[in-house]
Amino acid sequence: MQEQLFSPKDPQVLKAEKLQIASRRKKDSSLKLLFIAATSIGILALILLLATILVDGLSSLTPDLFKNYPSRRAASSGLKSALVGTIYMVLIMVPISFLIGVGAAIFMQEYAKKGWITKIIQLNISTLAGVPSIVYGILGLTIFVRGLQLDRSLLSGALTMSLLVLPVIIVSAQEAIKAVPNTRRDASLALGATKWQTVQRAVLPSALPGILTGVILAVSRAIGETAPLVMIGALTYVAFLPDNVLDQFTVMPIQIYNWISKPQTEFHDLAAAGIIVLLVMLLVLNMIAVILRNRFQKNL
Amino acid sequence: MNVIQIDKLSVYYGDQQALNNINLGIPEKSITALIGPSGCGKSTLLRSINRMNDQVPLMKVKGDIVISGVSIYGKEVRTEMLRKRVGMVFQLPNPFPSSIYDNIAYGPRLHGTRKKKEIDEIVETSLRAAAVWDEVKDNLKQNSLSLSGGQQQRLCIARALAVNPDILLMDESTAALDPLSTQKIEELIKDLKKEYTIVMVTHNLAQAARVSDQTTFLLDGEVIEFAPTVDLFSTPVDQRTGNYVMGRFG
Repeated sequence: MQEQLFSPKDPQVLKAEKLQIASRRKKDSSLKLLFIAATSIGILALILLLATILVDGLSSLTPDLFKNYPSRRAASSGLKSALVGTIYMVLIMVPISFLIGVGAAIFMQEYAKKGWITKIIQLNISTLAGVPSIVYGILGLTIFVRGLQLDRSLLSGALTMSLLVLPVIIVSAQEAIKAVPNTRRDASLALGATKWQTVQRAVLPSALPGILTGVILAVSRAIGETAPLVMIGALTYVAFLPDNVLDQFTVMPIQIYNWISKPQTEFHDLAAAGIIVLLVMLLVLNMIAVILRNRFQKNL
Repeated sequence: MNVIQIDKLSVYYGDQQALNNINLGIPEKSITALIGPSGCGKSTLLRSINRMNDQVPLMKVKGDIVISGVSIYGKEVRTEMLRKRVGMVFQLPNPFPSSIYDNIAYGPRLHGTRKKKEIDEIVETSLRAAAVWDEVKDNLKQNSLSLSGGQQQRLCIARALAVNPDILLMDESTAALDPLSTQKIEELIKDLKKEYTIVMVTHNLAQAARVSDQTTFLLDGEVIEFAPTVDLFSTPVDQRTGNYVMGRFG
């Protein structure tokens, strides 16, 4: 065995080795092609989507789009109420889900004793992150709309969305907290810090960019969600801006869906313009997440 | 006078016994080295003195440690108070990823010092005491992670001194440093014993011989020998101590 490996001068062995390597190389290069194809399909689909939307939507992407309320006539239709509704919903949702989500993550990582109870809770949180969003809609309908009698309000919508994004925020905040090296906790505790002082001064500053990244990604998911809001009865036709949290409201994806389902093609162009606005919002949020993540890596 | 009196101390991690019936009196303002092969319990013993072991799940303590007449495993003892009096420097330099100034100010701020002038003073005296002031005095706002390993470790010593402890625990604090940085820290430790009681764990026998006043040799969770360093290295009483310090096992 040894000899075969180390005596390539034997012509027969040399030939066999070359053949063997050639067949491995072949497999390598054909698989590489397969992987390139797999990647291209994703990219092509995205380019196709963007291209068709830009072609359809750019002409409708005018200042009027942002100034007008929805209307029966496409020419005077806009997404003012939907855009404002989405922004208001995010503004209510973020503080609620941030405080509860990060609080839960801190408890799970820093305070909770590791045992079977925490394991079950952990499993539950991870499972909830994958529950279909319509289920959260049903939950929101039961608790907020009917139970707390908040009706089909902005507050109901924001609370339902908070529930939806909570598991994602908790899990990503846990990961960010876990990534802070224990030597830092030790340094703080050894100076006589309490647990909370350690969390507040030694752990959270290092974990914050990671936590914020998670929050932003969760929010960008929520911005695109339609199903739970349809479930709790967000309206499709809103010709006013909500002026308190108990007002009725609509959001971007619902407005887009509404336009798409109309027979006139002018409305389809409006929908495309709406999608562009939504995509730009998502892009900006994701860019902020990337910037934060880069800062995070530098600090580590 | 013994400032730390360890009294029939046994420590368990779950079913495993890490320390067995340790009795040790550590004199004030001196350097005590804890030596022994890996897993002999020297770090456990060190971390029992400031109760950093409390962090370990399933840890159990029997017996007691008395520091300046106070039984530190007593019910009324607050670990925050204890650790303010018993500082610790770790194996790897672990500065916070913030400025040099904020690293030193961390401890005093924890314990309620708010006045800028007071903190400024503490920062300077601590950095001077840890022999790193001259190297960093012009860059106090600089991120501490940009310092060299040796500087970072002296910064960590300064940070420990900033809360004004009586006792300093050092857990192999030069193990990750180059010889020159190690030498600087050894000189610093010798200097610090004028003011502080120092207990150090070390793998480096030569270091124990150079620096410490008395040495404890631990094996399998028990104290085999505790004697003035000179005696322990030159005329060990127990054969196992002799074998260990001669390098016959490690």
